[in-house]
Amino acid sequence: MNETKAPEAPRKLGAAAPRTRLSKLFDNRWAGLAGLLVALLAPFVNASNYALSIMTSAAIFAMLASGLNIVVGYTGLLDLGYAAFFAVGAYTSGVLATRFDLPLLVTVPAVIVVTVIAGIIIGAPTLRLRSDYLAIVTLGFGEIIRITANNLPVTGGPSGIYGIPSLTDSPVTFYYVTVAIVAIAIIGASRLGRSRLGRAMRFVREDEDAAEATGVHTYRVKLAAYIAGAVWGGLAGVLFAGHLSAISPNSFTFLQSALVLMAVVLGGMGSVPGVVLGAIVISLLPELLRGVADYRYFVFGVLLIIVMLVRPQGLWPARSKEALK
Amino acid sequence: MTLLEVSELRLAFGGLLAIDGLSFSVGEAEIVSVIGPNGAGKTSAFNCVTGFYRPTGGTITFDGHSLLGKRPSAVAAAGISRTFQNLRLFGELSVLDNVRAGSHLRLRQSVFDALLHTPRYRRTERECTAEANHWLDFVGLRGDRYSEARNLPYGEQRRVEIARALAREPRLLLLDEPAAGLNHAEKTEMLDLIRRIRDLGVAIVLIEHDMGLVMQVSERIVVLNFGKEIADGSPEEVRRDAAVIEAYLGSDTHA
Repeated sequence: MNETKAPEAPRKLGAAAPRTRLSKLFDNRWAGLAGLLVALLAPFVNASNYALSIMTSAAIFAMLASGLNIVVGYTGLLDLGYAAFFAVGAYTSGVLATRFDLPLLVTVPAVIVVTVIAGIIIGAPTLRLRSDYLAIVTLGFGEIIRITANNLPVTGGPSGIYGIPSLTDSPVTFYYVTVAIVAIAIIGASRLGRSRLGRAMRFVREDEDAAEATGVHTYRVKLAAYIAGAVWGGLAGVLFAGHLSAISPNSFTFLQSALVLMAVVLGGMGSVPGVVLGAIVISLLPELLRGVADYRYFVFGVLLIIVMLVRPQGLWPARSKEALK
Repeated sequence: MTLLEVSELRLAFGGLLAIDGLSFSVGEAEIVSVIGPNGAGKTSAFNCVTGFYRPTGGTITFDGHSLLGKRPSAVAAAGISRTFQNLRLFGELSVLDNVRAGSHLRLRQSVFDALLHTPRYRRTERECTAEANHWLDFVGLRGDRYSEARNLPYGEQRRVEIARALAREPRLLLLDEPAAGLNHAEKTEMLDLIRRIRDLGVAIVLIEHDMGLVMQVSERIVVLNFGKEIADGSPEEVRRDAAVIEAYLGSDTHA
């Protein structure tokens, strides 16, 4: 009964509309290239230190969103403490770099190891829980990590760590290095989503029992999603530490977790171009709204509410309809 | 040769005995139906076999190995597929992706293959899609296989669920009311499909309320009432069994 060599079934007439020029334009690959091009050309429009700093932050935020998207979007696990992994990455990198005088990039292997362990420690006991319970426990863990950093001598207590070496001296170079790393991370998250593991994550999201019945070890898949999310978040933390050269517990509050989650929901859960767009909007909109000064965050909040009312599926929702090869 | 052996199975929810000493066996490529009034414990027995419920007592062996205490994915890995009484498709995913789920256990693809898009990634993805298409052809799906599964009509969704179970390439397939909600023509097709699955060498256990279908397709029928087995035999034997007529068929006019 093993007939794996069966030829592809011929396409049925009218089974699916052929891809139009327009839908091809929104193909993830072209969208990704266009996004990368915009990111690469942006400094030619405005290369002030202020603009570069905001653009670098936006790129790091996009990486965070693509990581949380693996957990929330692909796998459907509501994580309200994602900043914990961001903090673990930033602190691991910051502590190693300042204490042992290491270049930032050298700390990356250690960051990966530590974030994987953090993902397992936080994930293993909590992933047996379902939906709302998981959300509450992740919220708790997020706070635990932040409060721990606030109280440990090695993390510098409330004042944190400063003097973290940057990857490069020039903000422009740092921006381009960040864009390159973030682009690789986003492509990686997207490829993960289109693989055996990524499909298994979606099966878990859609129906855990049915996924189990088809042979998906749902607990392992959830843990894998959590670890992947942790690594993405941790590596974004390295860039964050290098970018600001100083980190403190204040950078990893619940608000940070909520903002990343907002980027994922706003952009379209499970959609890689969507969450990147969501991250860009969430990180740049407050800057663009400086014109309304004191009402900045008020307008920001109202705009988010309007978007979610008008487009509850997100700005660029995930497509389930398969394109014909 | 016996493929599945359920013996003295007991399942209690608190003080309620859902299954009270059920024993039956299924041979290779055999079609066995489990019938009984609502609440007789049929679906509970399925859930015990597939690892969704932990039985209170008794043994379940599949191909000589105990299934007790295994999680559902391990039972699936042992070679048992199932469908659900109330369709459990991955509604927001494409029809093809639903059936690709069945290939999950056999797909040899690592995370690094996926991240680096190695030749093995491309090959395994192609195979997986070809298999999904093959099983969708096998169950005779007419609808659009590229769109979301929830958009298909009900009868088509039933076929997709069976295709997903078959893509696992099981040795035993448990079908929980596959004909529920189907019209007459669809039921005839389902009957034919069940036989074609058996002809692949797959044993089938069927829970079904449509007596016409059960009598036509089954080689053996196990009758449950209040968690107990009251009869086990060929359709002819079961039809004549006094206990069965009283418990079930007597109250069912189209039997």
